[in-house]
Amino acid sequence: MLNQRIQSNVREAAAKALPKRTAQATGSRNGSRNGGGNGARNGKTARYSALSLLSHGLTKKDWPVAWHKHDLAKGYDVVIIGGGIHGLATAYYLAKNHGIRNVAVLDKGYLGGGGSGRNTAILRSNYLTPEGIRFYDRSVKLYEGLAADLNFNVMFSQRGHLTLAHNDASLRTMRWRAEVNKIQGVDSDVIDPPAIKKLVPYMDVSEAARYPILGALYHPPGGIIRHDAVVWGYARAADAYGVHLHQQTEVTAIDVSDGQVTGVQTNRGPISTPVVVNCTAGWSTLITDMAGVQTPIQTFPLQAAVTEPVRPFLDTVVVSGTLHVYVSQTDRGELVFGASVDPFTSYSMRGSLEFVEGLAGHVLELMPPLHKMRLLRQWAGLCDMTPDYSPIMGPTPVKGFYVDVGWGTYGFKAGPVSGESMAECIATQRTPEIISAFGLQRFTDGELVGEKGAAAVGH
Amino acid sequence: MIQLPCPWCGPRNVSEFRYAGEGGSRPDPATTTAQQWRRYLYMHRNPLGWTKENWYHGSGCRKYFSLERHTETHEIRTPEPQVEETSTSENAGESSVAQEAVEAR
Repeated sequence: MLNQRIQSNVREAAAKALPKRTAQATGSRNGSRNGGGNGARNGKTARYSALSLLSHGLTKKDWPVAWHKHDLAKGYDVVIIGGGIHGLATAYYLAKNHGIRNVAVLDKGYLGGGGSGRNTAILRSNYLTPEGIRFYDRSVKLYEGLAADLNFNVMFSQRGHLTLAHNDASLRTMRWRAEVNKIQGVDSDVIDPPAIKKLVPYMDVSEAARYPILGALYHPPGGIIRHDAVVWGYARAADAYGVHLHQQTEVTAIDVSDGQVTGVQTNRGPISTPVVVNCTAGWSTLITDMAGVQTPIQTFPLQAAVTEPVRPFLDTVVVSGTLHVYVSQTDRGELVFGASVDPFTSYSMRGSLEFVEGLAGHVLELMPPLHKMRLLRQWAGLCDMTPDYSPIMGPTPVKGFYVDVGWGTYGFKAGPVSGESMAECIATQRTPEIISAFGLQRFTDGELVGEKGAAAVGH
Repeated sequence: MIQLPCPWCGPRNVSEFRYAGEGGSRPDPATTTAQQWRRYLYMHRNPLGWTKENWYHGSGCRKYFSLERHTETHEIRTPEPQVEETSTSENAGESSVAQEAVEAR
């Protein structure tokens, strides 16, 4: 029943949007206008351009709103829980690639207020498993074209990514990763300390260091991006296709009858829907519990901090697994520091003093000249850790209930490809090949995708 | 830094302990199926609120013990059947207040 409804919706929407082309075509912005309701603008947004910037600057006119407020409709074809990058990207690709536009994205807070706004904005694809590498490589490719696709400057800076090795075991993993990466066509190689010094002149690569640097995995396509811009870009583009974005809308229950999702209850009222997608992070088990689905996820906070802005001096992203720290410099000049997850499960997003102490010690270990820098602020985000450090994506035993969860410390990197593949999964009712290894079933089948060696610091 | 009330050593910084999770009953390896074993290994509750969990005092007495912790506020209380406590009276006082506050919510 669900399948028929979705499929018929796909055909209907495709017929409306693209009278002479197939639903899979991407050029739906040129489609015909259909009156009122969802999809009214067919993906058209008021274009941002140098000319519009100039004219708005001269006339001081207000910019058009990026996305609209809507009343909660009685029902949607797809309800996505979680208004972060995963939820918004899923909504966007459902509308754009599959013509499914009667979609709602619900968030209990504000768009991008969870993991999407709390990560350290690092992108890379130099993972360890073939399944992981091809997945994140697709994500980096989508990020490369994202600014043009969304007509929103996401400030993607592919400045290179260094993962340091301080001991033989790490160096061995780096070589392993480099070889697997090369086979998959991902630019990645192990470099020696003099080469590292060239890339990061302020780094202490001497043998006198407490944890001498033996080498590093260098991944030139890696870099940083402005994470808020990615969220806003997807929200604006999804809104233009008629997707309803509901902020301050908390899901309190999921209605399931005969093993099939029928709707959700929210603090603003009930919604009937045959498809619910859990795109939350941190609180994902609370949502899966509502649907009666069990996932092997534990929530751990991960803390990060940012310094005052200084002149640009750090061109690459620097990661040290041994020292549990990663550093990058934003376009504004601030240094962003991240760490490994806290040592016990928690839903608390308060920072702690011992984190700052440990972090400062480790950063100075790497770059002693930073000792006069001042921290501006610190924060924590919630990470849904899975046993194998790979995500859980796709259908669940409850029909119509999909998950895109378990994003640990690597969810932001995967935003676009997750949205693209989840949208395909929902629209076609088949799990796309690129996420086939990440199903929930793998834990009971014993088919884990062990990504710990490349997905986290502090192992 | 939060402090945990070790029943043998008294309140100590959490950095002295290793988190051992909620635990659960271990299936008999001789008779269990692979699926059951994997469920035991991987599937755990992840509650928002009070949870009973085990900790290992690695930098102290090197013993395991259980306590109850609120996973959002980090309030601690000791579970009902517990070893006689002497040194944790201060924590116990705090936790009973915390408990009331949570129940009032």
